[in-house]
Amino acid sequence: MSRRGRVALTQFAIVLGLILIWELGVWAGLIDPFFFPAPSTLVARIGEWMSTADFWTDIGITLLETVLSFLAGIWIGTALGIWLGLSPFAAEVVQPFIKMFNAIPRILLGPIFVIWFGLGLTSKVALGVTLVLFVAFFNTFQGVREVNPVVLANARLLRASKSSLLRHVYLPSATTWILSSLRVSVGMAVMGAVVAEYLGSSAGLGHLIAQAEGVLDATGVFAGIIVLSAFVVVLDAIVDCAEKRLLVWRPAPAHES
Amino acid sequence: MGRPGLAVDLRDVMIRFGDFTAVKSMNLQVAETEFVAVVGPTGCGKSTILNTVTGLLKPAAGDVRIFGKSLTGLNGQSGYMLQQEGLLPWKTAQDNVGLGLVFQGSSIAKAREQARPWLAKVGLRGFEERYPHQLSGGQRKRVAMAQTLIMEPKIVLMDEPFSALDVHTRRLMHRILLDLWQADRRSLIFITHDLDEAITLADRVVVMSAGPASGMVADVRIGLPRPRDVSALQTTDEFVALYREIWSLLGAEVEKSYVTQG
Ligand SMILES: Nc1ncnc2c1ncn2[C@@H]1O[C@H](COP(=O)(O)OP(=O)(O)OP(=O)(O)O)[C@@H](O)[C@H]1O
Ligand SMILES: [Mg+2]
Repeated sequence: MSRRGRVALTQFAIVLGLILIWELGVWAGLIDPFFFPAPSTLVARIGEWMSTADFWTDIGITLLETVLSFLAGIWIGTALGIWLGLSPFAAEVVQPFIKMFNAIPRILLGPIFVIWFGLGLTSKVALGVTLVLFVAFFNTFQGVREVNPVVLANARLLRASKSSLLRHVYLPSATTWILSSLRVSVGMAVMGAVVAEYLGSSAGLGHLIAQAEGVLDATGVFAGIIVLSAFVVVLDAIVDCAEKRLLVWRPAPAHES
Repeated sequence: MGRPGLAVDLRDVMIRFGDFTAVKSMNLQVAETEFVAVVGPTGCGKSTILNTVTGLLKPAAGDVRIFGKSLTGLNGQSGYMLQQEGLLPWKTAQDNVGLGLVFQGSSIAKAREQARPWLAKVGLRGFEERYPHQLSGGQRKRVAMAQTLIMEPKIVLMDEPFSALDVHTRRLMHRILLDLWQADRRSLIFITHDLDEAITLADRVVVMSAGPASGMVADVRIGLPRPRDVSALQTTDEFVALYREIWSLLGAEVEKSYVTQG
């Protein structure tokens, strides 16, 4: 069997073993199901949820918030990164402010956004954007700064205008950096959406978990966390595909090929 | 006044970097369809001279004339192939070749259409969709060469374009370059530290003295008949005689450069 297959098999065995121990522990009365509900109960709960329309609305809303904050965050972060990357003066002026903003624990902004933008979509997207933005910004900035000087000189000698340089040299160079941080960005977007929902909202996965927690329903909390993990895994796979497709020009890392 | 028919005319050009005089007095005339090789010890200012012709550097004294006109700003007539790798890693071979056309406002599809015959000319048919990392060093040099030549510059500048290649690949590149130049003659200034290469390719070999404060010490006409057979040429008596003659000048300068630069 290939190494990959063996890895997958081992992982599967570990998960299966843990679930089995857990399930049996609950059955034998060794684990208190009030704190650690049995896996079979969790599966039943998720199945129950999946048959309701509300659950799919929750997922849809969280997905929408995630996508919106991801796109807006990437866009703003990239624009900012290019601007500051190309203008050393502006970069020097703005740098301390960016560091300051980035140092704020973003979770604390959640309540403020709720006050500013209400309980709806906007406050969730706003929190996600503040998280995604910095990842995109730092990577774009780095990408623009680290353009190979010979490549740049060559493009200039071929009489590239400023906008051509941006489009054909700076942006693609930054794209590699942005893409390599894409998974982090997606994680940030999900986190922003779910945390903001958790802090105050009327729908979404975060809301679902918060509700269960409100009535000390551990089964609901665990089930919600599992659904959330599955959600992130699916998004991750999509990002993986996008990354592979956009970076075909890059040599494969030596250990992979 | 510049002589008519001269594409490049450098008169008593002096180039300084702050207090450092890199080139004290350089004279270089290149006619419209002439292939001139410039040789000289390392650090004598060969790259500096090309940067001056392209307009990236302004001489501290002297005159730079391009087709009889004093050069101001960047030289719009020149194409410059750099010594180092300058291809965009995220563009395929054909898109790299067509890059200059796209910069001029041509559409990507049109640029590709024009780039493909150029790839064929440098012997890279079938490599259109390859990215630079999928090409060998010699293939990348050929893409870079096509990238410069597709713009059809009246003056082609090449800075040690093949020095990083092995002997066989270099011979291949010489043949390709000579074929292209023979088919469509332009003025070409070719920098090299390899005297064999200079004599094989050029109509004239210009020898520079050791830096700093360098200048031109010799300008030797290479009368070898064209078209030239790149691989058989080196063993002919004329070639050997020319080699001896130029080396007697260049060797002394190289000696000097060891003394001054350690
Ligand atoms: N930007 C610069 N600032 C200061 N000195 C420079 C600069 N560029 C070149 N020089 C100096 O000018 C001299 C000529 O440099 P140049 O690069 O033209 O040499 P070269 O003949 O091309 O050498 P090589 O064969 O090694 O490429 C060198 O002594 C170099 O140190
Ligand atoms: Mg040089």
